[in-house]
Amino acid sequence: MKRLLDPDTLRALARGCAVLGAGGGGDPYLGLLQAMQATEDFGPVALVDLDDLPDDALIMPCGGIGAPTVSIEKIENGDEGARLRDHLEYVTGRKVAAVMACEIGGANGLLPIAWAAGMGLPLVDADGMGRAFPEVPQVTMHLAGISPSPAVMTDERGNLIVFRAISGHWMERLERAAAVEFGGAASSTEFSLTAAQARGATVRNSVSLAIRIGETAVGAAGHPVAALIAEIGAFRLVTGKVSDVERRTTRGFVRGSVIVEGLGGDAGRLIRLELQNENLVALERGQILASVPDLISVLDSETADAIVTERIRYGQRVTVIAFGCDPVWRTERGIAVAGPRAFGYDFDYVPVEELAGARA
Amino acid sequence: MPAPDCRLGIDVGGTNTDAVIMDNADRVIAKAKVPCTPDITGGITAAIDTVLRSPAVKPQRITHVMLGTTHATNAVLERRKLRRVAVIRLGGPATHSIRPMFEWPPDLADAVSVGATIVDGGIEFDGRDLSPLDTDAIARFLGRVGDAAQGVAITSVFAPVSPRHELLAAEIVKRELGEVHVSLSHEIGSIGLLERENATILNGALAGVARDVADAMRGALAAHQLRPATFFAQNDGTLMSLDHALRYPVLTIGSGPANSIRGAAFLTDTPDSLVVDVGGTSTDVGVLVNGFPRESSLGVEIGGVRTNFRMPDLVTIALGGGTEISRGPDGVRVGPHSVGYLIQRDALVFGGQIPTLTDGAVAAGRAALGEPQRVVPYRQLLTEALGRADVMLADAIDRMKTSKGDRALIAVGGGSILVSDRIPGISEVVRPEHFDAANAVGAAIASVSGQVDRIFHIGPAGRQGMLDEACDEARERAVAAGADPRTVQIVEMEEIPLAYLNSPAIRVRVKAAGALGGVPEQHLHAHLARQTRLAALTEPTAPSE
Repeated sequence: MKRLLDPDTLRALARGCAVLGAGGGGDPYLGLLQAMQATEDFGPVALVDLDDLPDDALIMPCGGIGAPTVSIEKIENGDEGARLRDHLEYVTGRKVAAVMACEIGGANGLLPIAWAAGMGLPLVDADGMGRAFPEVPQVTMHLAGISPSPAVMTDERGNLIVFRAISGHWMERLERAAAVEFGGAASSTEFSLTAAQARGATVRNSVSLAIRIGETAVGAAGHPVAALIAEIGAFRLVTGKVSDVERRTTRGFVRGSVIVEGLGGDAGRLIRLELQNENLVALERGQILASVPDLISVLDSETADAIVTERIRYGQRVTVIAFGCDPVWRTERGIAVAGPRAFGYDFDYVPVEELAGARA
Repeated sequence: MPAPDCRLGIDVGGTNTDAVIMDNADRVIAKAKVPCTPDITGGITAAIDTVLRSPAVKPQRITHVMLGTTHATNAVLERRKLRRVAVIRLGGPATHSIRPMFEWPPDLADAVSVGATIVDGGIEFDGRDLSPLDTDAIARFLGRVGDAAQGVAITSVFAPVSPRHELLAAEIVKRELGEVHVSLSHEIGSIGLLERENATILNGALAGVARDVADAMRGALAAHQLRPATFFAQNDGTLMSLDHALRYPVLTIGSGPANSIRGAAFLTDTPDSLVVDVGGTSTDVGVLVNGFPRESSLGVEIGGVRTNFRMPDLVTIALGGGTEISRGPDGVRVGPHSVGYLIQRDALVFGGQIPTLTDGAVAAGRAALGEPQRVVPYRQLLTEALGRADVMLADAIDRMKTSKGDRALIAVGGGSILVSDRIPGISEVVRPEHFDAANAVGAAIASVSGQVDRIFHIGPAGRQGMLDEACDEARERAVAAGADPRTVQIVEMEEIPLAYLNSPAIRVRVKAAGALGGVPEQHLHAHLARQTRLAALTEPTAPSE
């Protein structure tokens, strides 16, 4: 076991999940409260390394799927995780040994912890993204060729569906439609896998990274943003104020752009962020500073709290940072699934450190 | 209620209680400023007595009284005079993973709650039943805690989509407990279960405080043989009738800054501008849009509790006329401490010993007050401090600007004498007559509004039908709150499609506002009748099993 996820650690983790959400994944606040209550009721969850699990240990990746607007209103019952586990065991005929967040970024980084506490299972120090992405197949397990089936989806009432889809794309379509019928949000597991598979098919140590990010921001005397940048080796793109926000929702996803106007040493600079749930591209005078699958996060300049896309507003004092994604997203397959062209942009991906090097 | 003639506006701030009387041509004919008292009622009584003594005033002509106060906030912060509330959430089997008040400061939860329960019920985002309402469980809970409860707070999942379960639950409360104060979440907050529930519980807790303030005001008026129609100012700068305010006191919690911003708009006849309100201890910077304060898109925390009702979008800094100046090891220090209402005793120009920003304003020639020669020995300290204050203020103003171009700034509040005429990014600093009573003026001239913030499904009536329904409801709410039906207009409308769903659902916010009207009581009944009709109309269209 690496550590126990006590309330202070959970608070740090929530801050880190917000940063790793790259603007998306939803506000971790409700996930944090659920994890805190479950910890109070059932005791803290153990964080374990994949190397500490037997090769054949079955891992259940899980999280919530659906509209954030629904999740902030119709909060989970708390027993969804146990029901997912029971049916995954029933369908596969094997015992689930540990829980994993499918997505560390945003609210889904915390929700599996609430469920793990209730089940008495450990949480794996890994996830399927190392950040937040909008769609079911945008996970590293998909890149590694792991099947999303059997997937299980449930709601707070006890309704439950087992999915067997022929591809990740079909899984996304079917689950999204079912989530609407369940009331706009549901809980699900896809891509179940063994510890041996997971060692090469997940973003490892991402829970520890999120905790470290949160602890750095809280512990830094005076300059939490600078401390955070140093800790994760991020690039500071601009420090300034939000001077324009344009947002619209099309086909279920929030799209738009944000302009950050430089202040102080950055006076005169204008950085434009393109967003679709997450911050996808940062541009300056038509030049790309960073893009998906690398992470672009907007931080409060004073507190280093990450600001999710739906909460960005005029006048906020922010520092925009970018940092490298997990190397698996930089493979040909990774770029095809989550690179700029996967989001409809007509340019090739260049890693953030190369873009920064070219400017320097 | 008589046709409006003279109006008495009162604003209870942190330092002073202000009162103005305006005639039927909207002219300020009298004003008064008195220091606040710890129990607030003393300040209200003194302000009313003072302003009514003004020779220009014929008290019997006062037909309307409007009061704005931040008193409710203080009651929460100090855990004072809070009522004890039974908390009912309608949402099971969902929502059990976060109990009501789970994240509240424990002492506040203890002071407010006699018990909380989550019963099966609630609504889905598309209007279906989440689960059938468990009416027996509500009755059992009330049987257990009802004796200790001074109020009941009811919050249903997706009440902003349909209030029908909350209305049913309210009937059960009436049957079980009789006439007890009931707070329903759909009347108070918008989407966001926990924040709306928190605001609804606070509302129940504040019912007694609102009653005390109302009684104090009525008592002071009765002493002058006055029985005018009484209104409370609310967070968006509009009014609600006294009856409404007693039912929904939490909606008055942010009325102070809203009044100042509205007052600034009125005194300068400007619908769109930046506004700075400098008091004795703090400064608020806000923005006027179409004559109303721009609202914050984020929730506000009150006493450590997250809520989500709409409040004016403000930047507040610890800077005011009474802000103390000293020299520390790192140079000049500006605040955050203030001499507050003791400025008339402690500031240098008034014969005191404590250098304040008011002294700085006098030293710089921005104001002529008291004995200017007394600041001479401190000139260097005061000049440095005022320069620091100018930077703080310019930064706060810049935070509220939404565009790069220069804009006008309206400066109001007793401390606004210290605002420089030259501020970066500001084309002109406008200083209206009666700037020092803009908050009370804002209360006196306020209109009456109604607001709808709900998720609608685009049904057979289409998008326009849905918007029409929302507008009708907002208008009815404005009239129910006391607006003259002939003057009610839609002043704000916003559509927000729901993300991550391929389903035609839209969150709609509509606000209607109108001038003060005649007889709110009848309209209130019409409004409640409509609510019941609405509940019948939005019965589930599909079974939830």
